[in-house]
Amino acid sequence: MEIFQLFIAAIFVNNIVLAQYLGNCPYLGCSKEKSVALGMGGAVIFVIVVSTLCTWLMQRYVLAPYGLGYLQTIVFIVVIASLVQFVEMFLKKMVPPLYAALGIFLPLITTNCAVMGVAILVQREEYDLMTSLLYGLASGMGFTLALLLMAGIRERLDTCRLPKALAGTPIALIMAGLMSLAFMGFKGMAQ
Amino acid sequence: MVTTSIIILFGLGLLASVVLAVASRVFYIKEDPRVEAVLEVLPGANCGGCGFAGCEGYAAAVVNDPKIPANSCCAGGAQTSIAVGELTGKTVSEAEPLMSLRRCDKVAGNVALRYQYQGMPSCAAAAMLRGGVDNCRYSCLGFGDCVVGCPFEAMRIVDGLVQVDARKCIGCGRCVQTCPRGVLELVPKRARVAVYCNTRDKLRAVTDICDSGCIKCCKCVKACPAKAVRLENARIVIDQLQCLSYGGECNEACVAGCPRHIFRYTRGIMEEIRPVSGIIPQTSPAAPQASAQE
Repeated sequence: MEIFQLFIAAIFVNNIVLAQYLGNCPYLGCSKEKSVALGMGGAVIFVIVVSTLCTWLMQRYVLAPYGLGYLQTIVFIVVIASLVQFVEMFLKKMVPPLYAALGIFLPLITTNCAVMGVAILVQREEYDLMTSLLYGLASGMGFTLALLLMAGIRERLDTCRLPKALAGTPIALIMAGLMSLAFMGFKGMAQ
Repeated sequence: MVTTSIIILFGLGLLASVVLAVASRVFYIKEDPRVEAVLEVLPGANCGGCGFAGCEGYAAAVVNDPKIPANSCCAGGAQTSIAVGELTGKTVSEAEPLMSLRRCDKVAGNVALRYQYQGMPSCAAAAMLRGGVDNCRYSCLGFGDCVVGCPFEAMRIVDGLVQVDARKCIGCGRCVQTCPRGVLELVPKRARVAVYCNTRDKLRAVTDICDSGCIKCCKCVKACPAKAVRLENARIVIDQLQCLSYGGECNEACVAGCPRHIFRYTRGIMEEIRPVSGIIPQTSPAAPQASAQE
């Protein structure tokens, strides 16, 4: 039950984008079309889960025994960056359509603070491995949800008559703010 | 403590680099070096005359797709076509050099203004206001949207009509897309005759407003021995390739036959363009596009 609550909370209440304000760059950059948003969301879910696994093991078996907690940030950056590079090569060879759809956004995940944020949050909360992975999965899904909602709204906005000054990025930023406000409604429902 | 952290970070970096090096071997993709080579040859104007978004798109397509001809680049001309053909191993049939031509002579026709236009100096804006400034709904408005749009500075406005510099025009067709009236069309540079009226009206509707408008008497259609002149969508159209392949034996019967002097020799405009040494074009990439817009 607790796990389930954590899962739901990570998607809605503590949504990584809309409540914790992590990963805003792909949130605005990849939310122009629903198909791209889905691809990006899938990539982020995958990368978050795998990187959480790697960084958790790293923390547990390398950093903690040697008392190197102060190296956490730099070690996590190295691990995540090389991991994403690996995923990129993998996708380029194995799933070219997804690679073509994501294009320049995959390298963006390299330094995506959503991925990094989950890895560090998991350590701060001292979750065990299973819980960490679930939390990572749920965060990734929350990210995808936010991205998809945004993409849907922006697709509609494209066909609307907007004041010229607001068209494009400005209205997207306003929408992001409004959606964040809406998600504030979930606050307090779960920890 | 310092040693441990140094060792750990060093080990981690080494491990990551080894893994990535191995992965780049395992997941190596052979990228065609010809795409790069073709891109080098292309002019890099990104004019879109080939039908692709830019030079890069065309380079990738011409290398990978056997159906894409090597002569689609109109900006580069014959030399580029030959170079691309050599790189991609395709036989090059010379692309017909095209140029843009205005199908209107409202100055000679004394077309009157319908109202005094004081808005934005743009054809697109003027065309929207009650069907345009001129009495004729099909005329060249002369505000020069095409001049602004031309990437090669081949167009200018002379006496309220756009004039195309045949030496600079490479026939990319951007002006054809820009013109809100569809006044411009692409014709081969060695074309002998061209139609100088764009109207779809006929008879009195034309004679009332323009002294040199086409009234659709279709004498030209009957006069042409090569059957290259047709009435298409209420407009006279010359199939230039058919006209050219028939040759000059007809002594331009269409020009002689037209009572409204819509058919004119184009030599005055294009005489400095020498015809491409007798090669008859097989496919001209822009020609179907032009006829589709007619």
